[in-house]
Amino acid sequence: MLYVLAGTLEQGLLFALMVLGVYLTFRVLDYADLTVDGSFTMGGAIAAVIIFSGGNPWLATLAAICGGLLAGTITGLLHTVFKITPLLSGILTMTGLYSVNLRILGRANVPLLRADTVITRFNSWLPTDSIYGASLLGLIIVVLAVVALYLFLKTEVGLVLQATGDNEQMIRAQGVNTNHMKLLGLALSNGMVACSGALVAQNQQFADAGMGIGMIVAGLASVIIGEAIFGKRTLLQHIIAVVCGSVVYRAVLALVLRLGLAPTDFKLLTALIVVVALASPQVKGWLGKGKNNRKGETLDA
Amino acid sequence: MLELTDICKAFEKNTVNEKVALDQVSLSLNSGEFVTLVGSNGAGKSTLLNAIAGVYLPDCGRIMLDGREITHLSEHQRATWIGRVFQNPLTGTAPQMTVEENLVMAWKRGQRRRLRKAIRSQERSFFSEQLATLGLGLEDRLTTKVGLLSGGQRQALTLLMATLRKPQLLLLDEHIASLDPRTADIVMDLTCRIVNEQQLTAIMVTHNLEQALDAGTRTVMMHEGRIVLDIQGPERKRMNVMDLMNLFEKNSGANLNSDRVLLAARA
Repeated sequence: MLYVLAGTLEQGLLFALMVLGVYLTFRVLDYADLTVDGSFTMGGAIAAVIIFSGGNPWLATLAAICGGLLAGTITGLLHTVFKITPLLSGILTMTGLYSVNLRILGRANVPLLRADTVITRFNSWLPTDSIYGASLLGLIIVVLAVVALYLFLKTEVGLVLQATGDNEQMIRAQGVNTNHMKLLGLALSNGMVACSGALVAQNQQFADAGMGIGMIVAGLASVIIGEAIFGKRTLLQHIIAVVCGSVVYRAVLALVLRLGLAPTDFKLLTALIVVVALASPQVKGWLGKGKNNRKGETLDA
Repeated sequence: MLELTDICKAFEKNTVNEKVALDQVSLSLNSGEFVTLVGSNGAGKSTLLNAIAGVYLPDCGRIMLDGREITHLSEHQRATWIGRVFQNPLTGTAPQMTVEENLVMAWKRGQRRRLRKAIRSQERSFFSEQLATLGLGLEDRLTTKVGLLSGGQRQALTLLMATLRKPQLLLLDEHIASLDPRTADIVMDLTCRIVNEQQLTAIMVTHNLEQALDAGTRTVMMHEGRIVLDIQGPERKRMNVMDLMNLFEKNSGANLNSDRVLLAARA
């Protein structure tokens, strides 16, 4: 049981960076960026290949982040320069990245068993062997990321990035090149996603070309769960909520696994969670109308 | 100050739906002039304002602002010198962000935006001072999300944001048309006061002929993409709404057939 708990926590925290990336595009920038599936794998692939060939795992993780920044930039350029819709620009990059990732990996799967990873290094600094080593490392990185993201979004540049997602016309009238802001947001987001991919690959001790499939929906599910449980009244609360949402989401997966659901059914479950969350306002509306029609309508208006 | 030369703009060019919105419009504004721009629906008033603001580039012609050619600059580049208030009160502000965050973004218009904390105590006191001049009690709501404010409050805030850092040109696109009459009066008074205090050069589009003569220093009337009337000084002072309509009909050879204009004239 303890192992399950530790496993859930470490999964939740290592994936939390990916969730923060999804939050940044999906919520802050209001851009449904599907690059995530590709950039997550890319992060894992870059880190795994460097570590496999004996490279420094910290530098490998850094290289993964750079790969993510690049992937996000490409999506951003497709949208801002060539005016391709947000959804399609992400899909195109994601699809292209599948081949790129296979090239990076050189084969379908790179194992990292007994390799020198950031997690083994971090564990070696700890006084005692602990099953919480990866969780602790994940926690440190996530806390740093949350603080950095919060402080960044409160800077002059950060506010403008938020406004680009909130009211593009307004912020252009205030002299901001919204294309630059979208590029910045997409790059940062995918940098975080790739970092998450690198950490997850090192934790699970392999990277393969399929490790990012369905990642965007998992990220969305975490964001939505976090918002529903922990609220989004202030920016800081919102950011912390989505991180906690990531842990809760992994806990839900662990729970249904215990209840006997096959791991292969996870993606269906995740999709259902997102559907329920997105559909609930509509359903509530229908129910409200049935009960006390006029009141509900005027409240909505 | 502002110099428009032969501005043309057609929409859906080279199709059967081609619509000429601006037909070689030339207009010259001196510094400190407050122009009220009137005309029937589809006359090209908003198109002209949008062409000046850079929402779309003109098909031909030249735009000079304060001796600088801005014809080919993009919307965000022109924003350095141009403040704008829109018809829709929701357009000018970011609803999920707070009053002070909106203000600080406007305060940085045309400035370099840096990676440093945007709002410190000095900004806060400056903003609250500025908000107090609106007389709407917004100075106590610096950290309220703008989406929670009323349309009138949002429009007043947009006006403040457009003029917080003095613009060389202020563009008001029917900015009180969608407010209730009482709020519209408040925002209109604020507009005149701010324009006077800061000695701004401004263009205001309106449907209300009475307002067009009351406010500002000069009235320009458009019809079918052309300027058909341009009055100022004593001639404008003597004029009433009926004179204006008669003059318009004489110059354009058309009736002011917009219900909105007639209603506005009667009211």
